[in-house]
Amino acid sequence: MPSWKKDCPCSRANEFMKPAQFEYLRAASIAEAVAALSAQAGEGKIIAGGQSLVPMLNFRLLKPLLLIDIMGIAELKFLEETPGGGLRIGALTKHHTLETSPLVKRLFPVLSEAMSHVAHLAIRNRGTIGGSLSHADPAAELPLMAVLLDARIRTASPEGGRTIAAADLFVAALTTRLLESEIIVEVELPALAPATGWAFEEVSRRAGDFALAAVGVLLAVEKGKVSSASIAMMGVAETPLRAARAEALIKGRAIDASLLDELVTAVRDACEPNTDLHASADYRRHLVGVLARRAVIAAWKRALGEQP
Amino acid sequence: MSAVMNIKLTVNGVVYEKTVEPRLLLVDFLRQDLHLTGTHAGCEHGVCGACTIIVDGDSVRSCLMFAVQADGCKIETVESLARLGSVDSLNPLQESFRSHHGLQCGFCTPGMLMTSTDLLKKYPLATDEEIREGLSGNLCRCTGYEHIVQAVRTAVGQREESEK
Repeated sequence: MPSWKKDCPCSRANEFMKPAQFEYLRAASIAEAVAALSAQAGEGKIIAGGQSLVPMLNFRLLKPLLLIDIMGIAELKFLEETPGGGLRIGALTKHHTLETSPLVKRLFPVLSEAMSHVAHLAIRNRGTIGGSLSHADPAAELPLMAVLLDARIRTASPEGGRTIAAADLFVAALTTRLLESEIIVEVELPALAPATGWAFEEVSRRAGDFALAAVGVLLAVEKGKVSSASIAMMGVAETPLRAARAEALIKGRAIDASLLDELVTAVRDACEPNTDLHASADYRRHLVGVLARRAVIAAWKRALGEQP
Repeated sequence: MSAVMNIKLTVNGVVYEKTVEPRLLLVDFLRQDLHLTGTHAGCEHGVCGACTIIVDGDSVRSCLMFAVQADGCKIETVESLARLGSVDSLNPLQESFRSHHGLQCGFCTPGMLMTSTDLLKKYPLATDEEIREGLSGNLCRCTGYEHIVQAVRTAVGQREESEK
C-alpha cells in the first residue's frame, strides 16, 4: 500500500463495509440451491443478477446469513421456441438478452419493446427474468409482461416445484406467492394468435427510472372486430393488473372514438394507484387512461397491418 | 463456506489472486485491494453509474456486485482505456471527451467512459436522443451533459469511419 494511504479511511476497509456479514455459496445446480435455501430456514437469500438485492443489502434492509449465488447454474440458462410458437425462458435470462434476441423480437415484440425501458444498460446486462419476477416491484416491466402474456412460472422447491400462473404469482408490492424455499426456474409464454397487434406505453420521470405508469396491450382481430384482447397495467396498484372489464368491453367490436372513451373509463376504474413523491394517485389514474388509449390504438393498427 | 474466500480474476489483463470477505463490494475490492482508484464509488446503491466497469464484455455497476461474484471473470476498468495508462496515449473515446470538454470535475468520467464503451459496441446511437437515453444511468453534476453527448457523437462517427 502506498504510504499516503496508510491513514486514509479506505485502508481500514473492514470498518466501512456496507452490507452486514454473510456467507456465500456458489450453487452448481438447482437441487443444490434449493437444498441450501431450505437448510437456512428463512435466513438464506438467492442472488442472481443482484440488481435489486444488492442495494437492499447495501442499505442493510436485508441481512441474510447466507447468499446463494445461482448465476453459474447452466440448466437455468436457455431461451427456446416451443413447438406451438411460444417461448421457454430460463430464469437466468438477462433483460438485455430479452431486449435484443431475434427470437423474442419475432415471437413477442411487445416483450423486446418493454425490455428496452428497463433501467439502464448496465442493469439490463445483469438483471434476470427470474430475479425481477421474484422481486415483484409493482412498477417493473417484467411482472407486467408476465401478467399481459399469461406467463406460466415454473418453480423448484424441496417438495419438487410447481407451475404458477402469472396472475396468481403477485400478491402485493415486493410480495409473491413463492414459498420460503421455492425458486423460479423457468417462464413459459404461450404462443400468441397469428397477427396479434401489440403495444407498450410507459411514462417515467427520466429515461430508465421506474415507470409512473405503463400499459401493455395485445389485440387479435378477426373480420374487422377484436376477437381477443389482453390489457395489463402497472404502477397503478400494489401488483400489475389486468383490466378485465376493459378487455370484455372491446371484444367483438371495432375500435372507434366512443369505444375508446368507454375503455379509458373502464381502465381508470380498475386501478388503485398510490400517491408518492413522484406523482399523485389522481395523476397516475389519469395517466394510465391516456396510455391505455394510445396503446389500444397502436395495437389495433398493428393488428390491421398498419403502421402504428 | 467460510468467513473469507479466495478469488482469482483478471483485471486489465493482470491475474490477481486475493482473499476477501464475501460482503466486499467489487468497487471497494478494485479500489482498496487492487489500488485501482480510477473506478469511482459514488452513490454505492446503483443510481449514479460512476462505478461502471466492464465484466466479461458487459458494462455493469461495480457497487451492485460482490468481489466473490467476479471470481473467474475478466474485468476492464477505466485504467485499461489509455495505452500504458498514460495521459499521453488516450484512446479515441477519451480523446473525444478531452477535446469536447466532456468533463469538468471528472468524478463521473470513468463511468461515462465505460458506459459509452459498451453503448458504442451494442447500439447504433443514430440520434443524440439515443445517446442521452444510453447515458441516462450516469449522473453528471457539472457539465449539463451537452459536451458529453457531443463527445460520444464524435466517437460514433469514428466508429463508423473505422468500420468502412
